Amino acid sequence: MNDTCEPIIVAFLCNWCTYTAADLAGTSRLVYPANVKIVRMMCSGMVDPKYVVKAFLEGADGVLIGGCWPGDCHYINGNMKARRRVGLLHEVIDQFGIDRERLWLRWVAASEGNMFVEVVEEMTRKLRELGPNPLREKMIA
Amino acid sequence: MPTITINDQTVTVEAGKTVLEVAEELKIDIPTLCHNKALEPYGACRLCVVEIMAGGRPGLSTSCTLAATDGLVVQTDSERVERSRRWTLELLLARCSKVPVIQTLARKYGVNDTRFEKDDQDCILCGQCVRICKERMGVAAIGIFNRGAQRVVSTPFDEFSDVCRKCGACASVCPTGCIDIDRYSDKEADVLPSEWNEGLCPTKPVSISFPQAIPKLPVIDATACVHLNTGACGVCADNCVAKAIDFEQQDEVMDLEVGSIIVATGFDALDPTPMKPYGYGKYANVFTNLEFERLSNATGPTSGELLLRDPEDRFKFTRKPKSAAILHCIGSRDVNYHEYCSRTCCMYALKYAHLLKDKCGHDTEVYNFYIDMRCFGKGYEEFLNRVQSEGVRMIRGKAALVTDQAITPEEKGMLVVVAEDTLSGQVLRVPVEMVILCTAMEARADASEVARVLGISTGSDGFFLEEHPKLEPVSTPTTGVFLAGACQGPKDIPDTVAQAKGAASEALALSARGEVEVAPMISQIDPDVCIGCQVCIALCPYSAIEFDWRHKVSVVNEAMCKGCGSCAAYCPSGAASIRHFTDKQIFAEIEGILAA
Repeated sequence: MNDTCEPIIVAFLCNWCTYTAADLAGTSRLVYPANVKIVRMMCSGMVDPKYVVKAFLEGADGVLIGGCWPGDCHYINGNMKARRRVGLLHEVIDQFGIDRERLWLRWVAASEGNMFVEVVEEMTRKLRELGPNPLREKMIA
Repeated sequence: MPTITINDQTVTVEAGKTVLEVAEELKIDIPTLCHNKALEPYGACRLCVVEIMAGGRPGLSTSCTLAATDGLVVQTDSERVERSRRWTLELLLARCSKVPVIQTLARKYGVNDTRFEKDDQDCILCGQCVRICKERMGVAAIGIFNRGAQRVVSTPFDEFSDVCRKCGACASVCPTGCIDIDRYSDKEADVLPSEWNEGLCPTKPVSISFPQAIPKLPVIDATACVHLNTGACGVCADNCVAKAIDFEQQDEVMDLEVGSIIVATGFDALDPTPMKPYGYGKYANVFTNLEFERLSNATGPTSGELLLRDPEDRFKFTRKPKSAAILHCIGSRDVNYHEYCSRTCCMYALKYAHLLKDKCGHDTEVYNFYIDMRCFGKGYEEFLNRVQSEGVRMIRGKAALVTDQAITPEEKGMLVVVAEDTLSGQVLRVPVEMVILCTAMEARADASEVARVLGISTGSDGFFLEEHPKLEPVSTPTTGVFLAGACQGPKDIPDTVAQAKGAASEALALSARGEVEVAPMISQIDPDVCIGCQVCIALCPYSAIEFDWRHKVSVVNEAMCKGCGSCAAYCPSGAASIRHFTDKQIFAEIEGILAA
């Protein structure tokens, strides 16, 4: 474990807001850490808990789920379902030795490219503090 | 059934009718001042007299109390009848020399002056007020007192009545308009403000909602109608010739089967009452935009004249203002209320400025307090230039306060608008007589409820959300539901028309095509895996999953599914998945990302 270790973030982003915000960040020539790897989802409510677990098992240092602001969901209330699932997932991953701080749920609207950059920067910083995913070491070992 | 002869016309009539009623059916004009279809016959005014020629006691009799009995022969315009009416009118003219109804009627019968001493009373003691109060309202708050020349309509002992509820029925039937209802009770009259006229004038519980109403029929306001609330009155039903009044009518819920729905529920105007600094509701001459529209409208309470409101009487309008201030962005572009721009205000504010100059004279001082002028449409900038050339003062700065606290003699009795002119950096105090608040357009109060019913969503501003701001500005996430107008966001008329036509075309395109194309990324439930737990059915926000009771599996309605994946993310058996977003595909994607 060293400080120069670059965390890997798997981001499940809603196609209608956060994914578009990431797109906007790109077209606006904003710079954000390359640590984030994006998986496009149609809705944050479509993120099956097993995707999150799978990402951690495969060695991701953090998982970011990006959804629409409450009330703005393209599918009416998918983001609310995501919020409930993340609440439960926090409990579960904690018990399996994964810091709950590694799983983030954030609301980023399609127009908030700069906010997407801020979220990714903040999460990368936080994950550097936390260090690599303990499961990754175990898998390598 | 009795057969009677009126003016040589022989007719067979229903039993129990009076001669006056029969004459009315035959369109024979008989003057009367005390008859009212809703009330019992009274025979007070003596104007409806007819001459009985045969079939009764010969001589003159009041037709309103004369029953149409078999064999009756009457003349309504014989010399004797005419002479009697002229006498009565001469006496009435002596009593009420200045009442227009009496003067007109007298002139009609050739009575131009009276030989008796003229008095200046206005009550003719027809008793309609007393009778309607007792017979129809069931109150009997007023009566006729004294004898002979001292007969008057009043309350017992001339004191304020305890039972009078100030319904105004007495005043409404008075032929001479002499009832001063404040004499009978000191209660506050329960005035019904006109909804159509933004409460600027009173209305009646039964009225035609507005002049261009379709269908143009009167409606009864069930909350205010005396009959529906107390069981009394019902005068309208007696007076309706077509017998069209039905007090039993109820709201109906109709089920319509349709292929597409266009949501055009519009907007609510922001109520500026809680915004204390602008003094709306406190000062009589602070108006909202819609109130000003009604004032300016030819069918409005002032017939289109822009007048100041009497501070003592909110339904009374006095004179034209000599100065007016138009305050932009009340609740719009304001972090405390709505952050968005309401889009329409700049242009209608300019229209108001133009109307004020046009209707109140070009010496009227008109001030516009604006943040930015947003004259974005075709011909809009030109209109701004035109209005400015008319001498309208444009002050760049949002008004902070409207007050009647004068600090200089010129401000006395005026409304003072306090604002910072951001171009000169000075704080201005502008005394004006009228203030118009350009209030924000906001989403309807029940928009979220409507959104839930239709399966569409609202944005953070409360307006309905379109599917895509640029490429699908009319559609919603629910196929077949389209948006038109201000329910989707603040919009002016040209934009609303354009969007409404777009929505109509989209709806027609669906009907014309006959079949619907759906996006490929939708849910599929593997019937071999599904355990029939039905959790997905409750989760689906579009009600697109149904349960097949025969096979005991959930089935996706592909025409309704939007592919949100709520079902796939929850499905405990893994039967549900979204095409192009299957577990296999997502896992491969995660592995690919993390392999590097």
